[in-house]
Order: sequence, then C-alpha cells, then structure tokens
Amino acid sequence: MSNIDLSRFHRAFFDESLEGLDAMEAALLRLDVGQADAETINLIFRSAHSIKGGAGTFGFTAVAGFTHLLETLLERVRSGQRQVSQADVDLLLRSVDVTRAMLRAADGGDAADVDAVARLGAELEQALEMKPAAVAPVAVASAAAGWKIRFLPKSDIFASGNDPLRILRELDRLGQARIACDSQALPALADAAPETCYLSWTVELRGDCDEGAVRDVFAWVEDECELEILPLPSAEEEGAKDAQPPAAGAVAHPNPSPEGRGAEKPKLKVVEGGKEPTQERRSGDAGSIRVGTEKIDALINLVGELVITQAMLQQIAGNLDPVQNEKLLQGLSLLDRNTRMLQEAVMATRMLPVDAVFSRFPRMVRDLSTKLGKQIRLETVGEGTELDKGVIERIADPLTHLVRNSLDHGLENAGQRIAAGKDPTGTITLRAAHQGGHIVIEVADDGRGLDRERILAKAAERGIPVPANPVDADVWQLIFAPGFSTAEQVTDVSGRGVGMDVVKKNVQALSGQIEISTRPGQGTCVTIRLPLTLAILDGMSVRVGDDIFIVPLNCVVESLQPQAGQVRTLSAGARVVKVRNEYLPLAPLHELFRIRTDAPEPEAGILVLLESEGRKVAAQVDELVGQQQVVIKSLEANYRRVGGISGATILGDGRVALILDVAELVRGYARAAAA
Amino acid sequence: MSRILAVDDSTSMRQMVSFTLKSAGYDVAEAADGLAALELARQEKFSLVLADVNMPNMDGLSLVRALRGLPDYKFTPLLMLTTESTPEKKQEGKAAGATGWLVKPFNPEQLVATIQRVLS
Repeated sequence: MSNIDLSRFHRAFFDESLEGLDAMEAALLRLDVGQADAETINLIFRSAHSIKGGAGTFGFTAVAGFTHLLETLLERVRSGQRQVSQADVDLLLRSVDVTRAMLRAADGGDAADVDAVARLGAELEQALEMKPAAVAPVAVASAAAGWKIRFLPKSDIFASGNDPLRILRELDRLGQARIACDSQALPALADAAPETCYLSWTVELRGDCDEGAVRDVFAWVEDECELEILPLPSAEEEGAKDAQPPAAGAVAHPNPSPEGRGAEKPKLKVVEGGKEPTQERRSGDAGSIRVGTEKIDALINLVGELVITQAMLQQIAGNLDPVQNEKLLQGLSLLDRNTRMLQEAVMATRMLPVDAVFSRFPRMVRDLSTKLGKQIRLETVGEGTELDKGVIERIADPLTHLVRNSLDHGLENAGQRIAAGKDPTGTITLRAAHQGGHIVIEVADDGRGLDRERILAKAAERGIPVPANPVDADVWQLIFAPGFSTAEQVTDVSGRGVGMDVVKKNVQALSGQIEISTRPGQGTCVTIRLPLTLAILDGMSVRVGDDIFIVPLNCVVESLQPQAGQVRTLSAGARVVKVRNEYLPLAPLHELFRIRTDAPEPEAGILVLLESEGRKVAAQVDELVGQQQVVIKSLEANYRRVGGISGATILGDGRVALILDVAELVRGYARAAAA
Repeated sequence: MSRILAVDDSTSMRQMVSFTLKSAGYDVAEAADGLAALELARQEKFSLVLADVNMPNMDGLSLVRALRGLPDYKFTPLLMLTTESTPEKKQEGKAAGATGWLVKPFNPEQLVATIQRVLS
C-alpha cells in the first residue's frame, strides 16, 4: 500500500483549494461585520478547514500550518467565542492572499514570500493570543511483559457500529492474546435481545507493546465499555480459571473461542452472516466532474467535423429526387437536427458563468476604493450569463482595466459627489447578458462622465489626429488611441494610459466590439459585445476566382460596387478608392493571394470595406456569396502559418475556405502607406 | 466485496480516499455532501461509511445521525473523517452515533489499516 503516489491528487487539490479561497474571499467581502451571518462564517470556515486537511494529507506542511492558524481563528468565530471585527476581515483577506501565494508556490509557481507568510502567521497568532504550544503530555511507555485487559462492553455497544470481535482481533495483532469470554450475563435464549451485548472478555496480552497501543484499540469505545488495563506481572502462568467456555450460538454475533495456551496464536474465526446481497453497482456521482479542457476541445473539434460532414450530406441530398428518396431525406433532416443539438450541448460544456471573472472585482473595488479614498459600491447583474472559457480568460484583463478606469477617473470622491448633488457613494455596475449569438458586457459608472473639451485638448497635445467638427462619438473614440490618457496625474491605480487602446485591441482580437456612451455628470458606460465562443465565427463568404474566402462579419463595414473614376492610382502603383471623401487603400485579394480571376479590374468586382483597429481598407473580391457561421480550424495546426490568413474552415461541399486576417491586412496597408 | 461510501466536499480528498480504498480492493462510491450521501445510502446498503465532518448542505454529524436512524445502518460502521482531534469533537461524533474516527491528516496506509481493521 505504501506505493500510492499522492501527487496524482495534487492537481485536484490545488484547483479546489484555489476555488475555496475565491469562495472564502467573496464570503469575507460580503460579511456584515456587525451581524455576521452564520452560514457565511461556516462557508469561510469550511474553506480554510478543507485546505488545511488536504494540505496536511498531501504533504504541504507550510500551507497546513498556516491554514491551521486561520482555521483556529475561524473556529472561534464560528463557535461564538469571538466577534468578528473589520480588522479580522482584513487579516483574513490578507491571509487568503498569502495562502493563495503559498499554494501557487507549491504548485510549481514562484516561491511564496517567506517573510510575508511569517509576518502574517505572527499576526494571526497574535490575534489568537496563542501561547507557545504546550508540550502535550507524552504517555510514558511503560514496558511490561504484557497486559491483562478486562473489557466489559455496554449492552448497547452494537448500536455505535462497533463490534467487540473487531477489538479482540486487533488486540490479537498486538501480541499473543489469550482471550476468555464471560457469558454469565447471558440470559436464556427466549429472553435474549438480539441487539444486545451480554458478553464480556478478559484478555491476557503478551508481547512488546505499550499501554498506549492497547488503549488505542479501545479509543472508539472508551465510553461504551468498562475497561481495565493492568500490567501482567510476569510471564508466570495464571490459571485459566477465569476463562469460561462461551455459550455456543446464543448470540447472533460470532464469539471468539478461547483457546488453551499454546505456541500458536489463538485463531479467531469470523462467521459471515451470509447477508449482504450483491447490489447493483451505482456510480457515486458527485454532481460534477473535472475534465481537462483539451478533452473538451477534442470533442468540439470532432463535433465540428461532424457538422461539416452533415452539411456535405445535406448538399448532396439536395440533388436527389425528394419523392424517391423521401425516407433518406427524412433521416437526413433528423440527423441535421441532432447534429445541431449535439453541437450546442458540446459547446455548452465549455461555457462558464461570467461570474468567474466578475467575482474578482469586489475585492479589487474594495482595495482600490480604500486606496483612492472614495466610497464605491459594486453591483453585478447577470453574473450567471455563460460564455466560452477561452473568452472568459481573455476578457478578464480588459474588464479589469475598465473597472480601474471607472474607479480612478470616472468616479468622483465623496466631496465632489455631494457638491454635485449626488449620492456620496459612487456605483460601478457590471452587467452581462446574452443578445442573439453574442454576450454583451457593460461596465457602467455613475461618475462625472467623459469631458469632451478635455479629451480634445489632450488629443491635440498628444498629436492624435482629430476629424474636423467631430461629433461626440468621434471624440469618445479618441480615448482608444494609443498613448492617450486624461488623468491629470498618472496614478498607480490605472497606470500610464496604456489602457484603452490595449483594451480595444484585446476585444477585437476576440472578434468583439467596444462602444462608449457617456453623459456629462451622469456617468459612463462601456459596452463590449463578444461572440459566445471562439470556435465559431460569423462570416461573410466571398468569391475570388474559384476560391471562397471567409471575412469575419464584425470587420465588415459595407460593400459597394465602385464606379469608374472612384479608384485612383498613386505614384507608387498603389491604388486608393474614394468613399465619401475618404481615401482607402485598395486591396485586390486576387493579387494578394495570386489567384486567377476573370475580373481583375475593381470596377468589375465588389469592394468590401473592412475595418480593424480604427483603420480601413477596401478589399476587392469577385462576388459576395453569402453569410454563414463557420467552425474555425487552425491552419497552423493542420498546415502552417500563412500571411493574411487567420484560419480555415470547411464548406458544405467539402472545400476548404480560408479566413481572412483583417487586422493583418489593414496593418500591412498602413505600413505601406507610412513608408 | 465490501462497498464503502466516501463522503467529503473536497474533491482531492475524496479522490484520494476513493483511489486508496479501491487499490486496497474495496468498491467505493463517493458523495460530495451529507445529503447526497444519505440519498445513496438509501438506495443501497454500504458496508462502511467514511464521512467528513464539515460539509455544505448536510454536515457529517447530521449524516451519521440520519444514517443511524435507518434500519439498514443500525450496526454499520460509520467513521468520521476529521481534522479536529479534540475530545469534544470526537464526543459529538460518538453522540451522533459514529463508530469511530480517523484524524486528518492521514496517509493512505493509515486509512487502509483502519478500514481493514473495521471490515476484516
């Protein structure tokens, strides 16, 4: 048994412990110091308790030691010995951080700050007013030739699930046991209650074991028996006079048969009752299981293939005679439905509630509002809204940035708010909701709103180009420009204004959109629209020569057929197209990808205006084919990286279509224009 | 084969207990809290129940109390898995009807030794 490698459970231990810490943190934040809710306290206690237990078992002694202090403090709170104070909450929150760092360190991350651990440990000890741990009295191991044990179980000992037989058997393992049963109390069979223990035993245990080991055997039944343990004076024989033969078969429980002294250990025979019918095997379902994301991704991939195959079948079936092939077509339409349901179900396994990122904000808002000296309340709406795990992971940073911006720049301090006739406590609202195939996340504050004049002044100062007579929406867009910051001072809260352009870039990398709405004096709301999953893309399919390309729909601004004279050639040979007083670089896709086309001239084709990172190009294609959802396949994983292409998909007819990397395309033209 | 019900809200702990006992040749069912355990125990009779004390929904003491009330579990060994080695906690467990306890942290060998003692 000693070859069980506990490290196989470490992953689960780390995962659940970190989750436990998150839960603990959330509970601490909502804890009402005046009147602490028992269930919340319990939850906090349980988290600390579980981590301690696991850490001890899996050999993370430092974590176990630290969480033991936490647990002790929490136990006092739980049992009502200690009123939880604001200082306690702070201490506990910092302990959560330290525990998290220790766990990460144990999980192979950066080493935890030993000083911080020691300092906080000392603080906890101080809070507990712990005296140096008293040395537990060690039972003096008295050596004796053996023990004479008198064991009188109470009559109801069976009701605790303890079986005297088990105890006798265990004693037998400690040495040579000579067991004698006293059945004097046994009534006549007719009067005997089957669930009552009438027997008692005397055991002479010879061997090299101390009294503690003997007492341990009786640890579980201390209160369910009378026990007498005396050292055996010597190896001299004591007559077997107190040993009496057992009353055979009087009690349902098997009796140990006393045996005469011999060289052999007495054998205890267990008579199986022959009950316990074999039961149907049931799985011990615990409500959820942990599965590696790569397994789910493999599943999603396979389902993607299935959808494509299904679409292929559907296309072929379109050419069949509907009357002759009625059954086949019915079957195919059923397959279509089931495939779609399967796809949805599989996608759903990757979905997590957005709470996974929202939950980090209460702590951040609490810490930062203290730091900034502002009164701020955080409200979250729709935290149960689900979206893809990959999207959640990548939206966390942009959201953090937005919340910080609101805290730092958006919301006024209490004095300013009172002067403006507002509630001294500012509110930040995080809201998530599904809209069609998208999720919409809003970060709203009721602060001062964006200041048009200040933004324009700052843009001028930074040399950021501003359109003539800008409307408000244009002005708000300026804050997404690289290097823009309106904070009068650079603070350590929101940093150096590297934020909003990065936020926008991150959102666009997720095929999302970001919008701002604001009202002076009333607040600002930043809205992010994201696809529910990264595995599926809303695309426009366009034809170039004989090939189909997919253009991400969120990049498409408009499509137009250019008139003669709308396209001009510049000196370097590059061409631009004039669309409503704006000159856009022309990107003929057939030239870029070297595809033979019957309509090389822009006037013969269609221009699709694409936008990314605030810049536009006009992509020339032969024809718009349609709009469809496509399952994204990695080109790199299956072939190799190709410039201007972000991925591929398989069309209904089995052909591969490449997905255009609009960001790269736009950047390429911007570089060319700058050169 | 002896079938054991392991009850713990901690997944890693449950996995460890379950894996260890399975390696020792026992058949193991798992439950994440007292309520789930009670539900399973009503469906079949386990030879032994090993339960954590602190759990959401229904804690280990309440589970033991409830199990002892079931005719099938009148004499079944019910062991508490606990980090509290203080006498009061053990007393509470005994009062609820627990057979005995196993103090965390324990290693797989101790776990198997204890179970074997009870189920041999």
